[in-house]
Amino acid sequence: MSSTANVAGTKNTAEIQDKSKRRFLVAATAGVGAVGAGFAAVPFVMSLRPSAKTQAAGAPVEIDISKMEMGQLLIVEWRGKPVWIVRRTENSLADLPSLNSKLSDPDSEVTSQQPDYAKNPARAIKPEYLVVIGICTHLGCSPTYIKKGAAAGNDIDDDWKGGFFCPCHGSKFDLAGRVYKGVPAPTNLVVPPYIYLSNTRILVGADSSKGVA
Amino acid sequence: MDKILTASLEWVDTRFPLTKMWNEHLAQYYAPKNFNMWYYFGSLALVLLVLQIFTGIFLAVNYKPDATMAFASVEHIMRDIDYGWLIRYMHSTGASFFFIVIYLHMFRALLYGSYKKPRELLWIIGMFIYACLMAESFLGYLLPWGQMSFWGAQVIISLFGAIPYVGEDLAVWIRGDYVIGDATLNRFFVYHVVLVPILLLALAAVHIIALHEVGSNNPDGIEIKKNKDPKTGIPLDGIPFHPYYTVKDIVGVTVFLILFCTVIFYAPEMGGYFLEHNNFFPADPMKTPEHIEPSWYFTPFYAILRAVPDKFLGVIAMGASIVVLFFLPWLDRSPVKSIRYKGWIFKMALGLFIVSFFGLAYLGMQPSTPIKTNFAQIFTTMYFAFFLLMPWYSKIDKTKPVPERVTD
Amino acid sequence: MRRLIPALILLLPTMVLASGGIELQKANNDISDKASLQVGAKLFVNYCMGCHSAKYVRFQRIGKDLGLNDDEVQENLMFTAEKIGETMTIAMNGDDANKWFGVIPPDLSVIARARGTDWLYSYLLSFYLDPSRPMGVNNLVFKDVGMPHVLWEQQGWQKPVYETITDKDGHSHEVIKSLALVDEADQEKAEQYKKDMRHLVNFLDYIGEPAKLERHSLGWKVLLFLFIFLMFALALKKEYWRDIH
Repeated sequence: MSSTANVAGTKNTAEIQDKSKRRFLVAATAGVGAVGAGFAAVPFVMSLRPSAKTQAAGAPVEIDISKMEMGQLLIVEWRGKPVWIVRRTENSLADLPSLNSKLSDPDSEVTSQQPDYAKNPARAIKPEYLVVIGICTHLGCSPTYIKKGAAAGNDIDDDWKGGFFCPCHGSKFDLAGRVYKGVPAPTNLVVPPYIYLSNTRILVGADSSKGVA
Repeated sequence: MDKILTASLEWVDTRFPLTKMWNEHLAQYYAPKNFNMWYYFGSLALVLLVLQIFTGIFLAVNYKPDATMAFASVEHIMRDIDYGWLIRYMHSTGASFFFIVIYLHMFRALLYGSYKKPRELLWIIGMFIYACLMAESFLGYLLPWGQMSFWGAQVIISLFGAIPYVGEDLAVWIRGDYVIGDATLNRFFVYHVVLVPILLLALAAVHIIALHEVGSNNPDGIEIKKNKDPKTGIPLDGIPFHPYYTVKDIVGVTVFLILFCTVIFYAPEMGGYFLEHNNFFPADPMKTPEHIEPSWYFTPFYAILRAVPDKFLGVIAMGASIVVLFFLPWLDRSPVKSIRYKGWIFKMALGLFIVSFFGLAYLGMQPSTPIKTNFAQIFTTMYFAFFLLMPWYSKIDKTKPVPERVTD
Repeated sequence: MRRLIPALILLLPTMVLASGGIELQKANNDISDKASLQVGAKLFVNYCMGCHSAKYVRFQRIGKDLGLNDDEVQENLMFTAEKIGETMTIAMNGDDANKWFGVIPPDLSVIARARGTDWLYSYLLSFYLDPSRPMGVNNLVFKDVGMPHVLWEQQGWQKPVYETITDKDGHSHEVIKSLALVDEADQEKAEQYKKDMRHLVNFLDYIGEPAKLERHSLGWKVLLFLFIFLMFALALKKEYWRDIH
C-alpha cells in the first residue's frame, strides 16, 4: 500500500535499482524489528507464569497419617487442590477386583492419571493408603466420599462398595479412584506424585524419580 | 497471493474505509518536508502512551489496590514475578519520559507558533491531554503506597480544602475518607487504570484527527497548503507522511528506546528523581517525611504555589499557571508563527520564560527558605509576564519577512 | 535551542540524602561479590533477624543468587523449621518490640533503597556511648535511635570526641567531632568490624533489589540489539530521503 511521491520526476534505470535496494532495506528492517518485537514479548509472557510466591505455596506438603482410622478420609490442600488420603480396610481392598467389569479403565492404562509406582490394582504405593487428587476428571468438581452401605438416598446402585460420587454430573469412582462406565468422567482420578518419608509420614508433590513436581 | 490480498482488501474496503483511512492519515497525508528534530516528539508521545497502557495492564495483573497489601504487592512484582521488575521499571521510567517528551513537544509549539491560527483547537486539545496526563501521573503515584505516595497525595488533595465554603467537603469527597486511606487508594487505582486512560486515548485520537484536518506546521511557520501543484493539488513543499516520515520516526523511536533502556537497566531510580528514596518506606499516616516534594515534572507549579503567601491565592496562582497556557493562541499577536522570523523582543521573552521555568522546577524540589521564596516569587512573576504581556510585546516586536516556500 | 535537552539533564542536581549534616562514609560495596554477600547473609540472619524481618525476601532466591544450594541455605541461613520457598519473617511481636525499644524495628527488605548504602554503612559504624539514652547508646547519623548497639562486642564501644564551635550569633556549642574507641585494644577488632559491616551492607543492598544483577546483565544485550536495529533504520531512512534532498 506504500505510495512513493514522484518528487524527482521521470522514471529511469537508477530508480528501478533503487526499488530493489529499498525492498531489501524494508525487508531487513522489518525482519530485525520483528525479532526485536519477539524478544520484547518474552518478559510480558513470562510475567504471567506462576510467581515465586505461588510456586512456594505449591511446594510439597507433608502429611502425618499415624492417627488415621480405618475407612477415614483425610483431606489436605496441595497447590490449591484437595488431596484425599483414604485408609482402606482389607475388605474394601478385596472388593476392588470384583468391580473391574463395571469400570472404564480398571487396570490404570491411561498413564497420565498416575505415576508408574501407582499403576497397580490398589493404585497406591502401600495398598492400605489411597492418595488421589479429589477433583473429578469430568469438569473439575470435587466428588463426595460415600462409604460402603451409605449409598441410601444417593442416586447410586445398591451394591455400592464404597467410593466417590460427583454431585455435579453424577460421575462415580471406586475406592481406588477408578471411574465407572457410563458416567461423564472420562478417566480415573489423578494420583499425585508422593513418597513415604517414614511409615507414618507422606510427602505429596514430590517423589524419588523426578524430585519436586 | 497478491490477488488474494487485493481481493481481501477490496472486501474490507466495501465494508470499512481502510484504504481511505490509510491514505488520509499516512500515504496521502502531506507533511512539510522541512521537519527538524523537534518534530520527533509527537510520535514519541504516542509510543509512550501505548507503552504505558501496555505495561500498566501487566502491572495491574499483580498489583493489589488495598492499603494493607499495596506496598507488598509492588515488592512482589519486583521480586517474585518473572521480569516483573522490568515491566515495573518500564512503567515508572515511562511516566517520567512521558513528561520529558510532552514538555519538549509543547516547547516545539512555542518555538514555531504551532498554536496559532488555524491550529488553536489543536493546541487546546493538546492542553487537555496534558491536563489528563498530570491527573494520570498524580493518581498513579499513590499506588506504590510509600511515604511519598501518601504524603504527596495528602498535600495535593489538601489544596482543594483552600477553596472557600466547599473546600473541606470537596477534599473529603475526593478522598472518600478524612485522610488518605484505603478508600482513596482503591478509587485512585480505578481512575488511574480505567477512567483517565480512556480519556487520554480518546483525546489523542481527536488530537491527531484535528492535526490532519489543519495540517502540520513546520519550523518556518509557513502554510504549505498555500502553494499547491496546480495539476495534482498536492502541496509543493509537502511529502507523504508514509513512507518518508514513518521511516524517519522509526529512527527517532529507536534513538529514544536506546535512551529509555539505558535508564531502565542502569539508572531506574535516576538518582531519586524517577523513583524517590522516601517512597521505599511504606506509607505511615503517623509520620511525615522531613522533606516532601512532588515528582520532578510538577515542581515548577509546586514552586508557584509556595511562592504565594496566601493558601487560597497560592492555589489560584498554581491553577492559573496551567490555565493561561490554554489561551496562548490568542495571546500571541505576532504576524509570524516561527521564532525564525520573530524579533529580538520575543526571543528575549522566550529566553526569560525558559529561565523562569527551570528556576521554578529547581526551587520546587528544594526545602523553602526566605531567600528561595523570594527567587520563586521573581520567577513566578516572569512566568506570568511571559504570557500576560505577550499581546503587547508580540505586537510591537519587529519581525522578519517570511519566505514563500519552506527553507531546508 | 538544541542545547536545551542536555541542559535539562544537567540541571538535575545530585540528590543528597538527609543525614543530619554528618558526612557519610562510603560503603563501596559490590553486589557482584558473592563471597561478600554470603558473609553478609550470615551476619544478617545471626544478628539482625532477632528483631528485623526481610519479609519480601525468599530464602530460595538468596540461594540462587548467592550460589548456594537448597541444603546449604537450610544449614547456614535457616534456623527454624521454615521451608526454602518462604520469606525472611521473624517471630517477634510488634507490640512487644514497641514496649522494649519504643518503636517497631522496621522490615529491612528495601532499607538500602530507602536509606542508601552509605547511610547504612555509616549508621552501623556510628554508635557511641550516651548515658542520657535509655539503652545507653546513641548514633551519629540517626539521632536518638531506639536500636541498641547489638554488635558492640564485635566493634568495641565508641565514645564521642567533642569540639567547641562558635555559631554566627556568637554562641559557642559543643558538638561531636568524631568517635573514638573507648579501649584502644579494640583497634584490631574494630577494623574487622568495618569489613563485616561492608559485607552486611552489601547484602542489604542486594536484597533491596535482587533483580539488579539480572538488570545489568540484560541491559547491554538490549542496547546492543537496539544499536544494530538503528543501523538498519538509518539506512532505510537515508535511502528514502534521497527522493527529497
